[in-house]
Amino acid sequence: MRKTKEFIIEKLIFICGFALILFVALIFIFLLKEGLAVFKTVTPFKFLFGRNWYPISEPAKLGILPLIVGSLLVTLGAALISIPIGVACAVYISEVAHPKIKEILKSGIELLAAIPSVVLGFIGMVTLVPWVKSVFHLPTGLTALSGSIMLAFMAMPTIVSIAEDALYSVPRHYKEGALALGATHWQAIWRVMLPAASSGILAAVMLGIGRVIGETMAVMMITGNAAVIPQSILVPVRTLTATIAAEMGEAVVGSEHYFALFAIGIVLFVISFAINVTADLFLHKRQQ
Amino acid sequence: MFRKWLLVLIAVMFATSAFAAKDKNSIQVKGSDTMVNLGQAWAEKYMEKNPANFVAVTGGGSGTGISSLISGTCDIAMSSRNIKDKEVSLAEQKGINPYEIKIALDGLAVVVNPNNPVSKLTIEQLAQVFTGKVKNWKELGGMDSRIVLLSREVNSGTHVYFKEHILRKNNPDSQEEFVANALMLSSSQAIADEVAQNASAIGYYGMGYISSRQKAIMVARDDKSEYEAPTIENVINGKYPISRPLFLYTNGQPQGPVKKFIDFCFSKEGQDIVLKTDFVPLNK
Repeated sequence: MRKTKEFIIEKLIFICGFALILFVALIFIFLLKEGLAVFKTVTPFKFLFGRNWYPISEPAKLGILPLIVGSLLVTLGAALISIPIGVACAVYISEVAHPKIKEILKSGIELLAAIPSVVLGFIGMVTLVPWVKSVFHLPTGLTALSGSIMLAFMAMPTIVSIAEDALYSVPRHYKEGALALGATHWQAIWRVMLPAASSGILAAVMLGIGRVIGETMAVMMITGNAAVIPQSILVPVRTLTATIAAEMGEAVVGSEHYFALFAIGIVLFVISFAINVTADLFLHKRQQ
Repeated sequence: MFRKWLLVLIAVMFATSAFAAKDKNSIQVKGSDTMVNLGQAWAEKYMEKNPANFVAVTGGGSGTGISSLISGTCDIAMSSRNIKDKEVSLAEQKGINPYEIKIALDGLAVVVNPNNPVSKLTIEQLAQVFTGKVKNWKELGGMDSRIVLLSREVNSGTHVYFKEHILRKNNPDSQEEFVANALMLSSSQAIADEVAQNASAIGYYGMGYISSRQKAIMVARDDKSEYEAPTIENVINGKYPISRPLFLYTNGQPQGPVKKFIDFCFSKEGQDIVLKTDFVPLNK
């Protein structure tokens, strides 16, 4: 009796584990099946490097280069803002802060992670967008920069908590050894702790970026969604995610526009998969 | 902005609850963002008079409404453009017969910030502005600043109408497009908000969204005709050049509760609501 119970539970857990992989595989197959159909009407080269996105015209122009560049630009901007602040915050929390302040800061960061992205987008639209417009004397504040700043807020909780974890797992005696050898606190952090935790911090950064590139709602609300190849960070851009979200409702099922949106999904999938694999490699390197 | 989102949220809540208790007296209405306020007003009044019937109205864009009708998730699709041939054939494949009902008229307003000195334009000038041939307000007699173009997303009937009738001037062979650096905003209200705070912006939407925070441009067919303001009168007498019909689509001829609701929309009371929400009634 006990044995059968054991057997059933074991198999149930086994099925649960494999179901997850099965779902991922099914999603990927579906994405490929729908997305690859677009290449019957447009060559992969023209799709990836075409400069015009007019999906509902006759004939449709399906070039996603402006969207790819838009996504990358917003992500790069967000990374430039969130990485220094996020890593510095992690260092402060794990190495400098008093335990009480540490607790307050950690729960504050968790709170930041809990704000829904549509709320951040809404706040960005009414506060950040007019600010960017007036500070940089721009014709409009709906720019890549506004998107980057807002997304930096979203990436920061991930970066801080994982980087803080990495710093925490550096053996105590590294730091104690450095201090005993006469290093100052700053030298111990900069020369010993950060290098020792570097792979974990890199993983934190990659996961933060992964979150940013897949973010949809906030960027759709504040980047202006103009499908042009941006010349600077102070102009409107249209991202891959916002394009899918904004146009999926209209696309007639089975049309080339519909397939093109799925193909954009594949591109996004490939990008975030690459980022996650890189993050994973860094994490494993650290464990060894 | 917030109020509208709240409406959508409530509509979604009601829609889901209505879905849970699927009864024959509930009607799902979905589609054109331009018409969502009108649909809401109809639904409120109708439910007041017929407490047993439930009408849920959601926006999303004309294309969204028509694809919901095709996939059977709504009973009435609101649309600010005609259904496309592609959509009709797709619907027929799925055993749906879209039935077109012209329910009201809408004047399409072109709006700028109240501080913008430009107050009248011809259709030709509008086409040049939105295709990117004219880039600076001073070319139109305004201040020296770049024109910020605001457009609706491609799922909007207003977007399609504006492209076909202004940019392409009703010429089916024309290849004109919105210039790529036009900002694509996801709702009429978003355009209204941006125009209100941006002195060099220009956008377009249904007349119903004009408020004191925007200035409606007077439009002329060509440089020989009179410039006319987008008012209900000018749309009815045909003087204002940018107006369009608004449609409801149902699956086959309307029957039962759907027919009752549509009859209400056509009644004097229904058409009074059309007028009150700044659209133009048909039978006048």
